[in-house]
Amino acid sequence: MSTLSRAILGLNGRTLFGGTVLALLVLVAVLAPWLSPHDPLEQDLLNTLARPSWFGGDTGFPLGTDSLGRDILSRILYGARAALIVAVVAAFLAGALGTTLGLFAGYLGGWVDTLISRVVDIWMSFPAVLLSIVLAAVIGAGLYTVVVAIVVIDWTRFCRVVRAEVLVQREQDYVASALVVGLTPMRILIDEVLPNVAPLLLTLFTLEMGIAIVVEAILSFVGLSASGIPTWGGMIAEGRQYVNQAWWLLAFPMACVIVSVLGLNALGDGLRDVLDPVKQR
Amino acid sequence: MSTTYLLKRLLWALPTLFGVAVVVFVLLRVVPGDPIAMMIPPGATTEDIQRLRHFYGLDTSIPEQFGVWIGQILQGQFGNSISLREKVMTLVLGKLPATLELVFFALIVATMLGVLLAVAAVYFRPRWPELVIDGFAGVSLAMPDFLWALVFILVLGVLFPVLPISGRLDPGMAFEPDTGFYLIESVLRGQFAIARELLRHLLLPGLALALPLAAGLTRVLKASLLEAMKQDYVTLARVKGYSRARILWRVALRNALIPALTLTGVQFTFLVGGTVLIEYIFAYPGIGNLAIGAVIQRDLPLLQGLVLTFAVLFIATNLCVDLLCTLLNPKVRHA
Amino acid sequence: MSALLEIRDLDVEVSGQPVLRGVSMSVEAGRVCGLVGESGAGKTMVGRTVLGITPGNARITAGSVTFDGRDIMRLDERERRPLLGKEIALIPQNPMTALNPVERVEPQITDVLRLHLHVSRAEAGQRAVELLHQVRLRDPQRVLRQYPHELSGGMRQRVLIAIAFACGPKLIIADEPTTALDVTVQRHILGLIKELQTKFGTAILFITHDLGVVSKICDDVSVIHGGRILESGSAADIFGRPQHEYTQALLAATPRYDRPAELHKPISDDLTRRLWEEAYAYDAAPVRL
Repeated sequence: MSTLSRAILGLNGRTLFGGTVLALLVLVAVLAPWLSPHDPLEQDLLNTLARPSWFGGDTGFPLGTDSLGRDILSRILYGARAALIVAVVAAFLAGALGTTLGLFAGYLGGWVDTLISRVVDIWMSFPAVLLSIVLAAVIGAGLYTVVVAIVVIDWTRFCRVVRAEVLVQREQDYVASALVVGLTPMRILIDEVLPNVAPLLLTLFTLEMGIAIVVEAILSFVGLSASGIPTWGGMIAEGRQYVNQAWWLLAFPMACVIVSVLGLNALGDGLRDVLDPVKQR
Repeated sequence: MSTTYLLKRLLWALPTLFGVAVVVFVLLRVVPGDPIAMMIPPGATTEDIQRLRHFYGLDTSIPEQFGVWIGQILQGQFGNSISLREKVMTLVLGKLPATLELVFFALIVATMLGVLLAVAAVYFRPRWPELVIDGFAGVSLAMPDFLWALVFILVLGVLFPVLPISGRLDPGMAFEPDTGFYLIESVLRGQFAIARELLRHLLLPGLALALPLAAGLTRVLKASLLEAMKQDYVTLARVKGYSRARILWRVALRNALIPALTLTGVQFTFLVGGTVLIEYIFAYPGIGNLAIGAVIQRDLPLLQGLVLTFAVLFIATNLCVDLLCTLLNPKVRHA
Repeated sequence: MSALLEIRDLDVEVSGQPVLRGVSMSVEAGRVCGLVGESGAGKTMVGRTVLGITPGNARITAGSVTFDGRDIMRLDERERRPLLGKEIALIPQNPMTALNPVERVEPQITDVLRLHLHVSRAEAGQRAVELLHQVRLRDPQRVLRQYPHELSGGMRQRVLIAIAFACGPKLIIADEPTTALDVTVQRHILGLIKELQTKFGTAILFITHDLGVVSKICDDVSVIHGGRILESGSAADIFGRPQHEYTQALLAATPRYDRPAELHKPISDDLTRRLWEEAYAYDAAPVRL
């Protein structure tokens, strides 16, 4: 396959790996009810902290059970749902907010830019982890709290990058010709500049998804995410508690988070490499 | 180093601090959970609740409360913790040294690791060590400190238990420190067995904090080193008869560190923020751990004091990194 | 008597493209040999090959370089290091970038002294002061304590000259040492180099594109074009009785102080074309003797 067609298809080692992870994540989340051997919420108090049958245990639980006898494998599969929902929604909202502000700041310049940039600077000097925890504590536990927390904390990532990119694009010829033709700034932003910024957004989006999964894990680890449904972070929190007796409680959800994060990161990196040389800079 | 520059930076820090204070204050007052309700024993009368509320100043309007709080701060009073029944100031100052030791430890580890790996990657170019280091840096960058902490706990704490995974020191060890700086004190007093134990407890949390930073530093420093190696002064060094190792260490590194530090500088502050989770995961008794407890308990005064403390630490770290950059660059020093 | 530096039939390629084509020339001990040519003629590459600092994508495909009777081309890095800085030195082209910006002047001079002559720090410091005296820098003590960015271009070049002469090398490669300097400063630097060269009896391979400079300082001259040496000889011979058409054209193209009224003639395109054809013919020749 030629380099060009490979680039167009977006194939390189990292996008392949990352793309596979993402696809798996989506599949698992969607097909969780059909893939899970047990009900994730069903407690089996006779079989608490059972060894995984894939690792030498003798019960019917492939990855063991937790302290309430719930099947780890099923909980992991369902946990992918929480992770994915949060990842997609949070990344999208953070992206929307950050991109909009970044577009305005970069394109309009002047006091708009100064104002937005100052806000970003101050915002970024907040201790992010602490603040997201505080926020979650304020709003109350739940999945949407997590989404809000991520958006509130990390929109600046999009804003900064988009602004820098718009500053570059603004000097390009196509913007000048659009102005000459008589398009309004809003039109130019939406019709001309945004499409050129789009590839960058794609990369940021996948990166943000990875971050969202981690933040979700952190918040559920601290007990501030949804409690009714299985979340990887919640499982990790319990796993930390029982790590000396039942290592599987910690190992498997942790592995899921790690693989998801690495995969999404790889995807973002790979996409950036693929889109960069193809685009004219 | 011009004093006006320093003053300007400090002055700019104040509105930031103020902004942080306001946001946290307001946010917490909107809290659905009532801290008073959480601390009263069952069977308390409404009068008791009213009295407690008044004691903690929670019965006035928000702007009033804020005014009172600012007034108190300016007098150096941070109020009393609701959940722990002590002065906030005492609590924070009591646990701060532990966190500072952890942060410094992580800082040193991260810098040493970052520099060593970057230099090694360039020295062994293009053989396999460079690829390994690049790969490792890539993975480390993607994994936040939180995940590394969990991996360490699982692998080095439980599966192959070589290092302790909680606390600062085994309760069994006799140690009567005067300050909170256990490590420094134990070394100064010559109690090396204690110091060794302290270091063993610092190792996993410190490493978890340090790895993402080290990875970022390695990547940026490696690129910076490669740039430096192309410069004319490196050619001259070769022509003077310098060995490759000497060129890297003595000539390229010093030049490459400056832009590398400038670029990664902000990540050093993440070290401070990371202590919140890492201390919690490792049950390490510092202000991060304290903070999580405060959030869960909705302990407003303690939480406010802690957020302010963290903000101060952030700003201080930023300032230090900037100072370091300017110190390293003789052109700026002599401007 | 064999020359100090003997280059024979040197072929060098960069990224597969020939840059030096059968270069043969020599530098006699104690004499200044000028290597003249236009930009891109390959003269810097000759200097780099002798020093062993060719770029990564350069390959020496044929020929030999003999220094003081030894074949130095096939040396590996470790074997070459004792020579560099001690027996063969470089005066680089760009004084603004050749010095380490984060180090003061003193360690940049004393490092070679301590590395090759194994003197103590105190003695090296002393020698550094003497060296700066010899390159006519005023207040050497002060200069030693300064950083490169605090010095002017001319001063930096003097420091670089001091570094080159520091260990008393037998051969110095001067790679267009005055090109980056003001015209007024050029004269002084040239004079300085000549003075030190005579005093220490160092041989110099003086790389330049400026025939005027060559006439002032060089004992012998080699003319290079398209990676080929077209003519070599003593300065008197080259300037008085130039044999090769290109040499004559070069001379004619150089403005002269004593005959300012004469219009100088640029080198004809026809000549250039022919020379390049000859160069490509060399590339195509399957056997080189």
